[in-house]
Amino acid sequence: MLIKRKEFIQIGSLATASMMLPKFLKAFEGQAMVPVGNKVVVILQLSGGNDGLNTVIPIRNDIYYRSRPRLGIEKTKALSLTDEVGLHPALTGFKELYDDGSLGIMNSVGYPNPDRSHFRSMDIWQTASQSTEYFTTGWVGRYLDAQCSGCDKPTQAIEIDDVLSLAMKGQNINGIAVKDPRRLYGTANEKFFRDVLKNHKNESGEKPVDYLYKTMAQTLSSADYIFQQSKLHPSSAEYPKTDLGNSMKTIASLIFSDINTKVYYVSLGSFDTHVNQEMQQQRLFTEMNEAVKAFVKDLKSNNRFNDVMLFTFSEFGRRVSQNASGGTDHGTANNMFLISGGLKQKGLINSLPDLNDLDEGDLKYKVDFKNVYATVLNKWLNADDKMILTNKYDHLNFI
Amino acid sequence: MPLTNQAKNQHLLWRAGFGPVVEELVDLSKFSPNQFYKGLVKASDKKPEYIDVADDYLKGLMLGIEEVGRQQKKEMPAEDKKMVRQKNREGVRSLNMYWMHEMVNSSAQLREKMSFFWHGHFACRNLNVFYQQGLLDAIRTNALGNFGDLLKAVSKSAAMLNFLNNQQNRKDHPNENFAREVMELFTLGRGNYTEHDVKEAARAFTGWGSNLKGEFMFRRFQHDDGSKTILSKTGNFDGDEVLDILLEQKQTARFISQKIYKFFVNETIDTEKSEWLADRFYKSNYDISGLMEDIFTSDWFYDEKNIGAKIKSPVELLVGIQRMLPMKLENEEALMLLQRVLGQMLFYPPNVAGWPGGKTWIDSSTLMMRMRIPLLINDADEMNVKPKDDDDQTMGRQNTMENKEERKSLKGFIPRRQMINANIDWSLYVKNFENTEKEKLVDSISKILLQTKSGVDNDLIKQYTDASGRESFIKTATLQIMSTPEYQLC
Repeated sequence: MLIKRKEFIQIGSLATASMMLPKFLKAFEGQAMVPVGNKVVVILQLSGGNDGLNTVIPIRNDIYYRSRPRLGIEKTKALSLTDEVGLHPALTGFKELYDDGSLGIMNSVGYPNPDRSHFRSMDIWQTASQSTEYFTTGWVGRYLDAQCSGCDKPTQAIEIDDVLSLAMKGQNINGIAVKDPRRLYGTANEKFFRDVLKNHKNESGEKPVDYLYKTMAQTLSSADYIFQQSKLHPSSAEYPKTDLGNSMKTIASLIFSDINTKVYYVSLGSFDTHVNQEMQQQRLFTEMNEAVKAFVKDLKSNNRFNDVMLFTFSEFGRRVSQNASGGTDHGTANNMFLISGGLKQKGLINSLPDLNDLDEGDLKYKVDFKNVYATVLNKWLNADDKMILTNKYDHLNFI
Repeated sequence: MPLTNQAKNQHLLWRAGFGPVVEELVDLSKFSPNQFYKGLVKASDKKPEYIDVADDYLKGLMLGIEEVGRQQKKEMPAEDKKMVRQKNREGVRSLNMYWMHEMVNSSAQLREKMSFFWHGHFACRNLNVFYQQGLLDAIRTNALGNFGDLLKAVSKSAAMLNFLNNQQNRKDHPNENFAREVMELFTLGRGNYTEHDVKEAARAFTGWGSNLKGEFMFRRFQHDDGSKTILSKTGNFDGDEVLDILLEQKQTARFISQKIYKFFVNETIDTEKSEWLADRFYKSNYDISGLMEDIFTSDWFYDEKNIGAKIKSPVELLVGIQRMLPMKLENEEALMLLQRVLGQMLFYPPNVAGWPGGKTWIDSSTLMMRMRIPLLINDADEMNVKPKDDDDQTMGRQNTMENKEERKSLKGFIPRRQMINANIDWSLYVKNFENTEKEKLVDSISKILLQTKSGVDNDLIKQYTDASGRESFIKTATLQIMSTPEYQLC
């Protein structure tokens, strides 16, 4: 067995050799992949309120072009899906997925009494609360609560970030945020933390101090675990050298390992395009398009595309009419992309929003996002959606 | 073993304030907790000064708009609007820094701590610095006064009325948001009123709003003066009368007492104690000082189960460190970033329900970050975390900022790698240990810094200290003890 010196140093900086060694050896032995059929969800959060109408474009709708004399995307420039519907020109990879039958588009997704504050609306999406309720736990976090009481590592849900989103926080179990598995908690004091932990005797108590030690133990052991797993079958595919590109490559590498992760969470932004929308959305969509394209190609060549469901969401869409600064202001309902080799419903799952039927210039929601969550939880992750969402929401048919 | 005065006083100072300040370390064992508490009350006696950080440019502009607005209903030009946004953002940041500075340096610890509690209870996100300063002043002025006065002052603040959409609450077009939160979060608590009560109360609050300067306005023509039935009382109530009805409910005293018990004593409520407090609070007609005295002079407050049982909030942690280790921060932006990354930025509560606190402060990322702070402030480590975007602040422009002014106004919101650049003045702190034997140093440092019996071995701490000199030993031992899970508790 060859251990490259460079890798060894990287590992050494994360853990003392004695803690690492057994698992580390195991990592190089195990070549077996997680059996096909282990379902995984990848959530791509478009932060800032993506303009859905310039994402999935009603290319034959006069109201659309009248409301957006400057921002409306011409029919000839859009990537047409049908006679009526086109995609934003930067989303070439999404168009390929559509043609391929692995893209679903859910239109008019939202919730009753929409809130226009980014923070609050994101809270509502992340906690799956009603707009009159304030939850302190997120929907993925509650999935963890239900799924893995007694798990020794909170790696069932991983967010590719420095900071953990509310979505990932449960009552008893939190997901873990990791930006770069090689540098989890890069800190000069790491060895001290390891020693403090080793030195602590009682982890099983119920006092706050025990909770802190438990979190610390889970964090450090998860850090090791994630790092080893990410080295097990690192993706060798080409990904764009962007933040999202790197994140998707990390996710792919973990999916190819035998890690127990069921949910990955990653964000892209900011889509808050009050001014100069064209440039900003173009830039972000290019980043999204290239990263997702590389990710899907990678999954396909490793025969995992049927087991992975990627979906996008944003805290709200934007108003139908453009504003005076070459942008759009905060709106309400929006579309979601669903991407997988295992979709039951493909293409345009429901009709485009009706621009004749607006609520003070805003789209009306037709699908509650909680129905989408319930469907993913129940039909994809095999979880008790009713308990996790604290309510019964009808399941949709895309899975 | 009975607790020493030092241990009790530290407990008191962490709960009734933001922890012991280095200057008073010598007094900790000299006085009894009751003497200390009297000192805290006295120091908080004076009416606080109004904190005014708003920029002159902004003041001029706002006055200008008002003038123009009076003469002709003219909209502000886009450039001015942008400038107003920037200046407001800068203003709220200054307010944040100013208040945190007060928490660190003011001797009115009890008042600032109490205000900090109310800041979370009456949680409000508002981007207008005038409104925010007004609300903060209402809170600091009434923090230890009468809860009814406080409730009314907050309910009539421009910040809260705007945040909870009461400007849109008009006769025949009610907006229930304000009325709902007043009942659910400010007074009764969920489950102690009906949807009908909310609807009727909303009608009573119609016409409550503010002008541009942030003054309360009652708009008579928007007010619904018909008859309403609220909590089984019927009359042509207005907003003030609704608040009075809510205060008449004993449930309000109970709700507030429980929340205060959880915040100041223990996350796990002792019903017998909180009922006793609620009784007395209600009978005193909501005297907040009395309630706090009941808590801090009781024997049970000093029960072992209450000591070191609370997870410090990020602000408590950051302020507490600065009180023990006086420091000059060249890079105040780093303090804002830490508040954000750790999940508690003053003036930016997650929503009107405030910060949930307790265990919710802790996840893998926040715990590791908390334990890195001591080395960060000692410049032995570098901030390299990127906080989440806050689009309510940045309007999606963190990548495309043209001018310096705008960049400046977003400090603390846009990430970059940075050193904190703190100059710690160690002299007083080190002096405190001048008569301590070398072998006992780690032990007595731990006793001062930790509220819970350290699970960390003294020998282990010693392994990570710089033993080349007495002073460097004290410094490094202090920083390492502050980097433990135990230091997160108070």
